[in-house]
Amino acid sequence: MSTALDNLRPDLSIIQQWVKPNSQVLDLGCGKGELLSFLKAEKSVRGYGLEISPEKITHCISNGINVIEQNLDSGLSNFKDNSIDTVIMAQALQAVQQPDVLVEEMLRIGNQAIVTFPNFGYWRTRLYLLLKGRMPMSESLPYNWYDTPNIHLCTFKDFEQLCHSKGIRILNKTVVDDQHNEHWSIGLWPSMLGETAVYHISR
Amino acid sequence: MPAQIPDDSVGIISPKIQRFDEPLTLRSGRVLESYELIYETYGELNADASNAILICHALSGDHHAAGYHSMEDKRPGWWDTCIGPGKAIDTNKFFVVCLNNLGGCSGSTGPTSINPETGKAYGPDFPIVAVRDWVRSQKRLADFLNIQQWAAVVGGSLGGMQVLRWSIQYPDRLRHALVIASAPKLSAQNIAFNEVARQAISKDPDFHQGRYMDHGVVPKTGLSQARMLGHLTYMSGDAMKEKFGRELKTEELSFSFNPEFQVESYLHYQGQKFSTQFDANTYLLMTKALDYFDPTVDHDGDLVKCLSQAQCKFFVTSFTTDWRFAPDRSEEIVNALMQADKDVSYACIESENGHDAFLLPIPRYLDVFSAYMSRVEADIPAITQAGGQ
Repeated sequence: MSTALDNLRPDLSIIQQWVKPNSQVLDLGCGKGELLSFLKAEKSVRGYGLEISPEKITHCISNGINVIEQNLDSGLSNFKDNSIDTVIMAQALQAVQQPDVLVEEMLRIGNQAIVTFPNFGYWRTRLYLLLKGRMPMSESLPYNWYDTPNIHLCTFKDFEQLCHSKGIRILNKTVVDDQHNEHWSIGLWPSMLGETAVYHISR
Repeated sequence: MPAQIPDDSVGIISPKIQRFDEPLTLRSGRVLESYELIYETYGELNADASNAILICHALSGDHHAAGYHSMEDKRPGWWDTCIGPGKAIDTNKFFVVCLNNLGGCSGSTGPTSINPETGKAYGPDFPIVAVRDWVRSQKRLADFLNIQQWAAVVGGSLGGMQVLRWSIQYPDRLRHALVIASAPKLSAQNIAFNEVARQAISKDPDFHQGRYMDHGVVPKTGLSQARMLGHLTYMSGDAMKEKFGRELKTEELSFSFNPEFQVESYLHYQGQKFSTQFDANTYLLMTKALDYFDPTVDHDGDLVKCLSQAQCKFFVTSFTTDWRFAPDRSEEIVNALMQADKDVSYACIESENGHDAFLLPIPRYLDVFSAYMSRVEADIPAITQAGGQ
């Protein structure tokens, strides 16, 4: 594959496989616009990113990415039903106030959605809690319990339970390890060995 | 007065005046047979005239956006914070044009100009001009300057409305539209503020139905009141608290109706200064242009349909404490642009300065504005080398 793909954060390189060329995307919490840049350049995808960090917004603008300053916790009522092909939210689910509502909103606006989040059932996280008796901290979860933006951490099973209760279909799912790589061994016991969950969902 | 011209200033600037003899039919149906536009330019136009930026001014603005007219000037042009070498609108890269709009009182044809039919000043007979009329006259200036396509059209407040109008009126004549602290149309509250201002002016005994020039007077009291009202709506409550609090001019209360609080004397000063510099008929006319602006009138009131005609890319900015042109008004524009599948970016800048913020050097504002302008620069087509020299 191209070097552009090699430079992409691994969970994003998985996401991009599920986005159709020439389609439209909405990227919730788009950061510096890495994914949108890639999708624009490689797949002629059109779209918008929502972001609240002033620095990241300026970064997106410098890179020619359409970025809208909008807080996900204020809702997405400004987007119409079925107005976007794919709504993406990478590593933001755990930081929003109402993840369940937001996932439903993503599927109201988009024909399909892609969600990634840190798996709280990852073996290192489980071991940390078991051995230390304290809220787990790691490279991907670097915060103390009292100052973390990650207020709604969940495991794979939790997320799948949410999808089930909302009647949401899981089209694809995969996991990446702490190096953000997909590896065959993770597939043996994903809820334990996968550090980051990547779900492709629809109604 | 500047002791010396700062390095990041465009320096001493001389305005130019251009006369247009082709009649301009206005939105009202009335016709201006001929008119003059006064304008300034900063920076150098490149060989294929592709680096030009148009600045559209707001209610009380004019063509003097940057630099100084002389070493005696107390302050530079109204948007000097954003226009100059190395600034957000970098005059090392762009050729910047700013004009006084028709109906103005700073040198373009307006109520204080001589009406060729009567040999006297137009006064209240000057036709009410609409935003679309300004944009048509600006397009004629672009034609005169041989600018086929603006790299960007930029404006705040009423200036932002002109930018929106440009994007749908001459879609192929601009690549980028920067709409700052603006709205797709005024709210009832905004129109109400304008009407109070107009009443203050027209009820001044010196107004004489707008023919005050014939009487050798100026409706200073009314104009001053209009400006005071305007001014306080451009500030946020917090900014006023910060700037004035309840501070008194004197040691203690005088139990009279004279201005005693600092905020009162500030407003008086602003009002009085304005009333000696600005024409009352122009003020009435500019507020009407604001009230009338609604680009959706030709599109079933549908902003999405309206903005679908645009071909340019958009950058929209608002300021958190601006309640005259609040962030949600900018977001109406942004949402319509997204629904119309247009390229748009939006930033809502944290600021305590209300509507005034768009003229102030707020670091985040200047950062994101500069970042967008770097995109505008990147979209300047490489100069096509024609055969020969």
